[in-house]
Amino acid sequence: MDLKEKLVSSFLAFENKVDIDAYVHDVRSDAIKVFEEKGFPSKKEETWKYTSLNSVLKEDYSVFPKQENALDYKDVKKYFIHDIDAYKIIFIDGKYSSHLSQTTHDGIDVCLMSAALSKPKYQLIIENYFNKAAEKDSLSSLNTAFSSEGAYIHIPKNKVVEKPIQIIHFSTGNESATMLQPRNLIVVDENSHVQIIERHQSLTSNPVLTNSVTEIFANKRAIVDYYKIQNDNENASLIDHTFVKQSRESFASVHTFSFGGKLIRNNLNFYQNGERIDSTLKGITIIGKKQHVDHNTLVHHIEPNCESHQDYKGIFDDRSTGVFNGKVVVEKEAQKTNAFQANNNILISDKASINTKPQLEIFADDVKCSHGCTIGQLDESAMFYMRSRGIPEKEAKALLMFAFSNNVLSSVKIPELKQHITKIIANKLGVDLGFDL
Amino acid sequence: MLKINNLHASVEDKAILRGINLEVKPGEVHAIMGPNGSGKSTLASVVAGKEEYEVTKGNIVFEGEDIEELGAEERAHKGVFLSFQYPVEIPGVSVTNFMKTAINETRKAKGLEDMPAKDMLKLIREKSELLEIDRKFLSRSLNEGFSGGEKKRNEIFQMAMLEPKLAILDETDSGLDIDALRIVANGVNKLKSKDNAVVVITHYQRLLDYIVPDFVHVLYNGRIVKSGGKELAHQLEEKGYDWIKEEVNA
Ligand SMILES: Nc1ncnc2c1ncn2[C@@H]1O[C@H](COP(=O)(O)OP(=O)(O)OP(=O)(O)O)[C@@H](O)[C@H]1O
Ligand SMILES: [Mg+2]
Repeated sequence: MDLKEKLVSSFLAFENKVDIDAYVHDVRSDAIKVFEEKGFPSKKEETWKYTSLNSVLKEDYSVFPKQENALDYKDVKKYFIHDIDAYKIIFIDGKYSSHLSQTTHDGIDVCLMSAALSKPKYQLIIENYFNKAAEKDSLSSLNTAFSSEGAYIHIPKNKVVEKPIQIIHFSTGNESATMLQPRNLIVVDENSHVQIIERHQSLTSNPVLTNSVTEIFANKRAIVDYYKIQNDNENASLIDHTFVKQSRESFASVHTFSFGGKLIRNNLNFYQNGERIDSTLKGITIIGKKQHVDHNTLVHHIEPNCESHQDYKGIFDDRSTGVFNGKVVVEKEAQKTNAFQANNNILISDKASINTKPQLEIFADDVKCSHGCTIGQLDESAMFYMRSRGIPEKEAKALLMFAFSNNVLSSVKIPELKQHITKIIANKLGVDLGFDL
Repeated sequence: MLKINNLHASVEDKAILRGINLEVKPGEVHAIMGPNGSGKSTLASVVAGKEEYEVTKGNIVFEGEDIEELGAEERAHKGVFLSFQYPVEIPGVSVTNFMKTAINETRKAKGLEDMPAKDMLKLIREKSELLEIDRKFLSRSLNEGFSGGEKKRNEIFQMAMLEPKLAILDETDSGLDIDALRIVANGVNKLKSKDNAVVVITHYQRLLDYIVPDFVHVLYNGRIVKSGGKELAHQLEEKGYDWIKEEVNA
């Protein structure tokens, strides 16, 4: 049985475990039909031209966890930004771990999707927001069909959430291959501010496929900063769908740090529904071996006087491959839009490759849109310059790479997170930098 | 300190250096002059370890050791320093961080601990004062957007920080205004001692008025075709290179 058939047929078993009278269940039922009809995307589809899922779909994934697994904090501490006080929503093989988590209902809701989907007090939010930003493509629909667990975050009006929120999905590898489908909903009401860090971490080399959907709503004047750390094991693949819907004068940013995993596909869509919205999409990709990272972004400018800033840096070694497909749509009404997009890449090895494609669809006439993509090698003259000052080749290379990514790194607003990411990069490059960037 | 024997070097099969012989002893100042394209910068780069150039014959001995097989960083660790004719811009790396890395990597290579932050700051302050460099300047990205003169001054600041045994200054005077030239030359002179040596590559006498050479060499077509004392530089300033070319071609 192939994975599609397996998923479609297990939907029946899934229905036995959830409340089929709930509002969301109609949404799920519709979604499984979409997935059944469309199936997994193939390279024939324009946006999947350079990313083939074949190698990840061939595994015999277990689609529901068979048992609950536990982890000791000390064993996984290094995956946390542990030097800051934070709320934590932690999952192990798709199941909530109360032991590792720190949730709250004190003025804000930082808790579980399963609770939000079943308890009446969340019903209004669920009806207003759940699946209201997500696209109805096959993979998002697949996630919607099985949506039952994930992070649920609701920040009411005028709250500055002092502590960042960490969402971590661990997979233990207790099954020979695991498929996970977390579903996150984040609603930030007027004038509130929240910072969220998300990570998917497999703890063994058993194959894991995560098909994740996150919906983020930044209401009027809200500020949402979302950080994704993708530094997973060699057999872990991630298809991430993040949909950000913004209302007027809101600011939302998503930073994606892709350093590892077998295959990573990031679908990141921003929709601007209101004036004076600011959307920021940034990313650093540093991969090697046969890893593959695909960034597929969309910014939809609908109303006037809004901005978007996209800045993606990629460094590719060995036989790794990258894709950047950045689409910006500026509707006719969206006058005075300021849309900026940059994608800069360095190919370290001549066997590595990157496909980068900006797509601008501009229907308004009074706009400032710029885009630029570059593909280059490490600057040899800079290498010699640094080495002639006593900096060894490896360190010189690392320094150049840090310098190259610094624009993105420096816009991380949580210093401890910035440190953490700097350390991941330094580790990856095998260097020990004696200073803070 | 430095002994270059019959050095031949080429790039992409094009011979650029065709048999250079040069000996530099501790405490000496040598000037290398010569027409454009004669191979001065190439010689400097080959000594500093630029891999783009292939040494096809001859060798380079530094402090009794053949350094042919050593990488640029290893030569730097041994005390070779090159002030670049065209310093490279490195966006995103501040002058300070660059120097900290360079110094600590050099210390690491010698089996020493990182320099304590306090000492590093003191050293940076001292050397930036010597070259009259504004502290604000040090937090800027290395060479990025620096004026020609600022780049050169920054090269000598790096030299002052690293205190090399052998400093090769490739047209450090070009781009410097009169005041800057004096400051930079003064910096170089302060660092001079009987134990280190300087090789100055220049087209003009004016730098040599400050940094007075013991020997002047003329490089032409990949060879040192004439050597003399400091008066040779005056002669060249007056008469140009034609008479030397004639001598060589005769
Ligand atoms: N990487 C290279 N590839 C090809 N040709 C080179 C390369 N480097 C140097 N050359 C050539 O070698 C010759 C010597 O160059 P070099 O830069 O050493 O001259 P120079 O004496 O320093 O000249 P200038 O006084 O103009 O600085 C020139 O003809 C130059 O074009
Ligand atoms: Mg030159």
